[in-house]
Amino acid sequence: MSASFHIPAINHSTHTATDSRRRFFTPGMLVVTAIAAVGVGAWLFRMLFGLGAATNLTNAYPWGIWIGIDVATGVALAAGGFTTAFLAHILHRERYHPLVRPALLTAMLGYTFVALGVATDLGRFWAMWHVMLPPFWQPNSVLFEVAICVMCYLSVLYIEFLPAACERFIGRVNLPGRLAVLNHPVDRALRIADKTLGRFMTIFIMAGIMLSCMHQSSLGTLMVITYGKLDALWHTPALPLLFLLSAFAVGYPMVIFESIIAHRSFGLPGERSLLAELGRFIPFTLGLYLSVKVADLALRGQLPRLLVGDYYTQMLTIEVCFGVLIPILIFSNRHLREQTRWQFIGAALVVLGVAFNRLNVFLFAYSPLERGATYRPSAIEIAVTLGAIALTVVIYRAIALILPVIEQLDEHHTPHSRHDQRFPVVAPLSSHPISHPRPVTPTVPAAESNTVVGVKE
Amino acid sequence: MNARTSSQRTPKSGSDAHPPIDTSRRGFLKAGAVLTALTVGGKSLASDGADGASKLSQGRMGVLVDLTRCVGCRRCEWACNDANDNPHGKLEECDDQSVFASLRRPRTDQFCVVNATRNPKADPSPTDPPIFTKIQCMHCEYPPCVSACLVGAMQKSPDGPVTYDASKCIGCRYCMMACPFERLTYEYDRRFTPRIRKCELCSHRTHDGKLPACVEICPVEALQYGKREDLLRVAHERIAAHPDKYVDHVYGESEGGGTSWLYLSARPFEQLVDVGLPRLPDKSPAERTEHIQHAIFKGAAGPLGIAAILTTLHFLTRKGGHA
Ligand code: SF4
Ligand code: SF4
Ligand code: SF4
Repeated sequence: MSASFHIPAINHSTHTATDSRRRFFTPGMLVVTAIAAVGVGAWLFRMLFGLGAATNLTNAYPWGIWIGIDVATGVALAAGGFTTAFLAHILHRERYHPLVRPALLTAMLGYTFVALGVATDLGRFWAMWHVMLPPFWQPNSVLFEVAICVMCYLSVLYIEFLPAACERFIGRVNLPGRLAVLNHPVDRALRIADKTLGRFMTIFIMAGIMLSCMHQSSLGTLMVITYGKLDALWHTPALPLLFLLSAFAVGYPMVIFESIIAHRSFGLPGERSLLAELGRFIPFTLGLYLSVKVADLALRGQLPRLLVGDYYTQMLTIEVCFGVLIPILIFSNRHLREQTRWQFIGAALVVLGVAFNRLNVFLFAYSPLERGATYRPSAIEIAVTLGAIALTVVIYRAIALILPVIEQLDEHHTPHSRHDQRFPVVAPLSSHPISHPRPVTPTVPAAESNTVVGVKE
Repeated sequence: MNARTSSQRTPKSGSDAHPPIDTSRRGFLKAGAVLTALTVGGKSLASDGADGASKLSQGRMGVLVDLTRCVGCRRCEWACNDANDNPHGKLEECDDQSVFASLRRPRTDQFCVVNATRNPKADPSPTDPPIFTKIQCMHCEYPPCVSACLVGAMQKSPDGPVTYDASKCIGCRYCMMACPFERLTYEYDRRFTPRIRKCELCSHRTHDGKLPACVEICPVEALQYGKREDLLRVAHERIAAHPDKYVDHVYGESEGGGTSWLYLSARPFEQLVDVGLPRLPDKSPAERTEHIQHAIFKGAAGPLGIAAILTTLHFLTRKGGHA
């Protein structure tokens, strides 16, 4: 992964613009890649020397940031995948299609790293396969349900994402050297896969949404069993419902958050008005979550505690004010919602708010019976967690450059709908490093792609 | 993603984003069939789990701890280590009372510990010694650790003990999160084969007709091994015979759904929370969680409901125009 990712632009008049957007390594990406590399090193250390050497976990704190951040928060923030698929494919809101693939890619990578995070945290990771064999199954276990759903959903996500690969390579399979004899069979296989998938995709999308609802909520049920250790502001039988509703609520903000970052980093104009439309849903999803949260606190008689102002109520106040109330205000204001800056602030607050909620439930509001026991993640734990996030970004960028994921970045993309005329189109490349040049007549005159330079928000 | 998205990306179908209705209807029926199959599978899984207390045998065993008798000699700690191949010194070393300065908890190499509770009075007289409380896995009647373990490595045997099978364990430590007494320990320092460690009620000894090691060694009969129902009767008889000596409560009779280890005390159990007898509701935390879990998944109500909502929406929004 170095210079080979520098995909030459053919349209010389737009050379600089196209150039910056096709480069893999920007200065920012160098930093991210370095963090990822450190993370891989830390991960190797854990795998070789064990949990005791690598982490600060104890009998009082059996779960640390690998479960709290990598798994619990990771799953929540990957909710953009099923929530946008729901909007675009179940409710047929066609205009949101450009948002689906990036969200699916995030979900796919997110869940891949969730699975890796779990494996890293398992003391006997080599026995992981037990979870897949019926003789071991213990269906009363909430964790069992989560594990099975996450495994199924991960497969569904790969299937849902496969069309992107098919689209990219059908008619363009060009294997190196002797493997070239396989070009034709591989191409046929891709075509068959594409056709079959196309026919069944609705099923996979529905299954994906169902599996998501199941394990997003069960992730909350996980902590219901920790009696007497999780503070009562969070410990409630309604935890599964709250986890599900907050997953619904964080889906679109996560898509907005990512879209703004990705477009900026690729030097693309962005999807401001589409994101503003998506933002209209956020006050409703957040409002629903908030009302259930307040009702739950009231029903369990916990509301008066909010007047006390101890550590726990402070944590809850931060969580709800910044993660829920302020974003509701931002996204219900039409003027703010239309501005990229406020879209970003609002979305980031929801994302951080939900992350903070998961951390509260799994770490901050969890106090073991053992008096004086503390947990502070070790340097290795932090490095692995940051590394996983960084690696997600690196792989996301690589895939976004290779496969048709981000519409504005897709050089093979041809305008298909009435609504997004403003999307600039880059003419097909004549010498693509990983594809066979295909005889395509540019549907848009090269001159028109000059608009790339001129497009500003 | 589906047929439409991919077709959208080919130049031709740009204007016609909708496939003919009949293929979509076929897809809808297929979706329904697959989702039903999935959820019915889920249902049969969720309904045949081990249901806590119902599997227990009438004659299941337990241990009664009479805290009024315990003298804090820590012989049980020594015997426990000895019986479980844990490192231990000479028996006389148990007389070292300095360990009572801090509260201890079970460790990977020591499954039971005795803690001391000083008398809350500012100036305790010599006739008012501390209370010594031996703690170990309580062998819950409806054990949350068993309910939590996703691969069945934790088992409640019908005759009392809660046992652990390392050959099944994947090391997720969810059982540790679930234990309301926080009695499970984990071998973090073993690189590749860490195990959960806990008291197993000396089932390896009791199967040979021997007493649990701690019970056997106790010089003052503070520990008594027997059928749980007999022990409960004995406990209540003792309370009835000496109402001045005991508080009227058998800890473990109902705490957390009941435990195999039962405690009698001269002082209110509220004072023993810190040394290891937490206040718990009468219901096992596992019961509540399993109820939630089964409410969602039994009869596949949850997943089926979602599937129904999704297919309805898919249909309605397709027919009734679109954005
Ligand atoms: S029953 Fe056996 S393992 Fe359990 S505390 Fe007593 S001696 Fe130790
Ligand atoms: S005390 Fe803890 S480890 Fe022992 S049976 Fe109960 S839940 Fe399991
Ligand atoms: S650590 Fe082992 S025994 Fe405990 S829940 Fe996980 S698999 Fe089961």
